[in-house]
Amino acid sequence: MLRTIDWTIMIVYFVFVLGIGAVLKRYVKTSTDFFLAGRSIPAWVAGLAFLSANLGAQEVIGMGASGAKYGIATSHFYWIGAIPAMVFVGVFMMPFYYGSRARSVPEYLRLRFDEKTRGLNAVSFAVMTLFSSGISMYAMAKLIQILHIFDAPFAWVGLPQAWIFHLSLVISALVVLGYILLGGLTSAIYNEVVQFFLIVAGFLPLVWLGLKNIGGWHGLKANLDPSYTHSWLGMSNPHTNRLGVEWFGLTMGLGFVLSFGYWCTDFLVIQRAMAANSMNSARCTPLIAAFPKMLFPFLVILPGLIAIALPTQNLANLAGTHATTIEGRGLIPAKMDASGQVIRDKDGTVELDYDLATPNMLLHYFPTGILGLGLTALLASFMSGMAGNVTAFNTVWTYDIYQSYINRTASDEHYLWMGHMATIFGIALSVAAAYMATRFNNIMDMLQLVFAFVNAPLFATFLLGMFWKRTTGHGAFTGLLGGTMAAALHHVLTLPQGGVPGVKGGWIATLHVYPSEMAQNFWTAIYAWTTCFVITIVVSLLTRAHDEKELAGLVYSLTERPTQHGLHWYQRPAVLAVVVLAATALLNIVFR
Amino acid sequence: MGLDIRLPIGFLFSIFGVLLITFGALGSLGINVNLEWGIVMLLFGALMLFLGRRGTKI
Repeated sequence: MLRTIDWTIMIVYFVFVLGIGAVLKRYVKTSTDFFLAGRSIPAWVAGLAFLSANLGAQEVIGMGASGAKYGIATSHFYWIGAIPAMVFVGVFMMPFYYGSRARSVPEYLRLRFDEKTRGLNAVSFAVMTLFSSGISMYAMAKLIQILHIFDAPFAWVGLPQAWIFHLSLVISALVVLGYILLGGLTSAIYNEVVQFFLIVAGFLPLVWLGLKNIGGWHGLKANLDPSYTHSWLGMSNPHTNRLGVEWFGLTMGLGFVLSFGYWCTDFLVIQRAMAANSMNSARCTPLIAAFPKMLFPFLVILPGLIAIALPTQNLANLAGTHATTIEGRGLIPAKMDASGQVIRDKDGTVELDYDLATPNMLLHYFPTGILGLGLTALLASFMSGMAGNVTAFNTVWTYDIYQSYINRTASDEHYLWMGHMATIFGIALSVAAAYMATRFNNIMDMLQLVFAFVNAPLFATFLLGMFWKRTTGHGAFTGLLGGTMAAALHHVLTLPQGGVPGVKGGWIATLHVYPSEMAQNFWTAIYAWTTCFVITIVVSLLTRAHDEKELAGLVYSLTERPTQHGLHWYQRPAVLAVVVLAATALLNIVFR
Repeated sequence: MGLDIRLPIGFLFSIFGVLLITFGALGSLGINVNLEWGIVMLLFGALMLFLGRRGTKI
């Protein structure tokens, strides 16, 4: 049960984030200030915001759940599925994004290719960010409801318990709306940095207490099967590791296609680097973010591992359980159906609710006081993810949709006003998407699937666009469509093991069964990327090339290399990149 | 922008540190985590305030 100090910590935090927005309001005078933070952000601030914008529900709750389910192999999503891509975008791609003075990723596509390629990317990205934001809000409100942290104050005021979900959604939406409306992207970035430190402060003592309780890393290994504590064990065959993926599918599907597609092309994170105060700061932004990113598995995955390694105990005081529940494993309760019955798979094995691994760790280890800090950190992670989506949406809407197709000749003041309006209706639509998730869960699964189809081929378009001057707009557009269709076709012709035809695939026929859903997703991405790559090259060779003068600053071979004169060794992107890659390789070796 | 981000971070962490120390002193695994972590947060907050006030470049 939360006490006065816990509530005080939460309220202080909410007042604080709004206060930052209020202080920054006086600096927001133009649309560039609002959408790009006046391109004035120092590298270390942009770097932490780059990382924090990605620290939504998926990261904090999802990675804890994956840690409990798959073990330390979940770290592949960091050491294989993030760091190499972050290094690549910082060293090789940022000179084009920042140097072209494009205000968004879709705008870069217009400069490099043509209007139709920009339009396709802008519209799909805008819709996708709203749904992502909505799903994040839904997950947060659902978690607050399950944790019962608002039960006592609601009972005290006499409000029905069912309102907890609605009020959680509305309050979080209003806080994010408040600080973005007041201070624009600067406010979002500053709050993301605060949220980063808060998340570390909230989760570090959790890992410390958990490891102390279980006897450190050696105690953890003693309590778990070796497949939980070795990240590369059995990766030669999908049937001999917990992920159900073989090394090639992992490194190509996750490590290349999906991770480069996200970290190198998603405007949500690229926007933070575009707000940096110089070309070198923009290049260093993802490299600085890579340092804490490589250590984050110890903060978000380890709680899940500890939760599953603890002796199974009476879970009655924790979340997601009924008073008499003792089924489950460690701190993770069994999944329940609507009637309160334990859900079992076809073999009769109890299905565990892994999403409750991290929340139950907080409730188990944190006493009053620091529990308020931990829950505030959890809420901060949800809000930073939501704010990241909303700021990316309002920029793409205003610059790439409204200014491009609706009102081309308005004043800067008008576009600033439109940015404010886009923030308001962006958050309103996110709330609507959250309610949609409560009623149509399968539709949300389908939408996420469609977004995956659209995203998978994207990196092939950027790679060819930036490094092959012969790539044409027709080639890029056709390649993107072809890649998306290849992803959809691969999905409808395959199934994961144990899956039934439907959202999981196999609608038309089942030509191949993958050992796991993850393997199916990775291979869908590989097929989509390869198709896009080949079609883009073929169509480009058949269509008229761009004039080389138009491509200066947009293509590698036609762009001057950024100079590094007068920089200390630790400010040079190449040096940072080597250090990051060496440290990541070392982590892979230590936890192999 | 005209606000050094280290100042609000330092201020927030100092407040949280004082709250946790107060509660730890007056109010897991036998460790008074509120007191111990409160001291860590207060020290970090003070460092941030010091760097922010000095304008030390990072």
